[in-house]
Amino acid sequence: MLIFEAAMQKKLILDSDQLDITLSRLCQQLVENHLDFANSVMLGLQPRGIYLATLLHQKLEKSLKKKIDLGYLDATFHRDDFRRRELPVKANETKVPFIIEGKNVILIDDVLFTGRTVRAALDAMIAFGRPAKVELLVLIDRKFNRDLPIAPDYVGKSVNTVDTQKVQVEWQAQGNKQNKIWLIN
Amino acid sequence: MSQLSQRHLLGIKDITKKDIELIFETADNFKEVINRPIKKVPSLRDVTIANLFFENSTRTRLSFELAQKRLSADIVNFSASTSSVKKGETLLDTVNNILAMKVDMIVMRHASPGAPHYLAKHIKANIVNAGDGTHEHPTQALLDAYSIREKLGSVEGKKVAIIGDILHSRVALSNIFALQKLGAKVMVCGPPTLLPKHIQQLGVQVELNVEKALHWCDVANVLRIQLERQQIKYFPSLREYSLYYGINKKMLDALKKPIIVMHPGPINRGVELSSDAADSAHSIILDQVENGVAVRMAVMYLLAGKVN
Repeated sequence: MLIFEAAMQKKLILDSDQLDITLSRLCQQLVENHLDFANSVMLGLQPRGIYLATLLHQKLEKSLKKKIDLGYLDATFHRDDFRRRELPVKANETKVPFIIEGKNVILIDDVLFTGRTVRAALDAMIAFGRPAKVELLVLIDRKFNRDLPIAPDYVGKSVNTVDTQKVQVEWQAQGNKQNKIWLIN
Repeated sequence: MSQLSQRHLLGIKDITKKDIELIFETADNFKEVINRPIKKVPSLRDVTIANLFFENSTRTRLSFELAQKRLSADIVNFSASTSSVKKGETLLDTVNNILAMKVDMIVMRHASPGAPHYLAKHIKANIVNAGDGTHEHPTQALLDAYSIREKLGSVEGKKVAIIGDILHSRVALSNIFALQKLGAKVMVCGPPTLLPKHIQQLGVQVELNVEKALHWCDVANVLRIQLERQQIKYFPSLREYSLYYGINKKMLDALKKPIIVMHPGPINRGVELSSDAADSAHSIILDQVENGVAVRMAVMYLLAGKVN
């Protein structure tokens, strides 16, 4: 029983208030680099990055008082672990209702772990055109677990984790009470 | 995360409602892919697929081939008319020789009902039935049901009439299975000689009058008269068939209700369907063809991704 409890240990990395501060800071950093977003678009990665992208998008539109392009990108068909996993990943909707050719694209995901999803997403994104510049924004960077040479440009919080741990992100938009981020041992 | 319950797609009879829904959801994503500027994804780049067509086909074969190319699979094509089948090689020998060249999936059309089921017992590769004689044509039924779902929002509770040569049609049988699994009501309509005996046992309504069938249904799936499979005469003449069972635009407009007309192709214009009906606003025949590629991509993607 003791072992079981220890195995299920959960640690709160970010609570709702801290998350709000972090999101505000990320928005400030985005505005610093993209000014009025005249030539910039946001792409949330399916399935969970879209919640973060939507929150940031709302905050940015409110503070800049203008429309900013937001799309959803699903990289399932570009994954490198197809036919190698226990269970295939289910595909999600891709919605890129604007042109990304020549634009500054901000890819947004909740957790950066091995970097394989981001690699697949870069591949999937190219099908919509050749962006001028691509940046990566993540809420949680599990910085010692990378399989590929991928680094984020904007980070909500860096955490040191081992492979067996899990980062669990709970969004209100998914039906949770509050936005919370946990580290599970 | 989800996968199909089967390793092969031999017929709609063998798969579940959940399987069909998974195929449709995946096809939704592929439909978005084939409407992108770059219509290709790398999912099946380490998969080799052989298309074995022991019977003629234009649409199905092209549709499968395009679907495979959009998924980045390597493909080899085979047609019986230009192969060693003419020299007397058996089906199993032919297939085993192809598999020896490291092929992962087989898409097969064959004139004998049950040919893909027989292969499935003897070989390891995934098999997709692209039509076996008068038995089943599962991908056609899937794309038909998918097109109805796309047009009407869902298949459940909809009334579908399958009109024409039911006796020789693999499309009819697969459609009946697929539509019933998805909760639609199915009617078959045609001259008595072209309706299989005891078809009521499948739970379908039988109607001999085409106008009554059109009045009853939300969707009319019109089938071709398969002259190539008819060894005896089932009706006096094509002209007479057309008079009694042919559908034209005047009949559709006179219904004063929305109706969808489908046809699996190839159309015999002026026989089962007049040109003005086939090209009318009621017709979704070309949508069916577009959806065919997305649905076949979904089927092959899901079969290839299934881990045993």
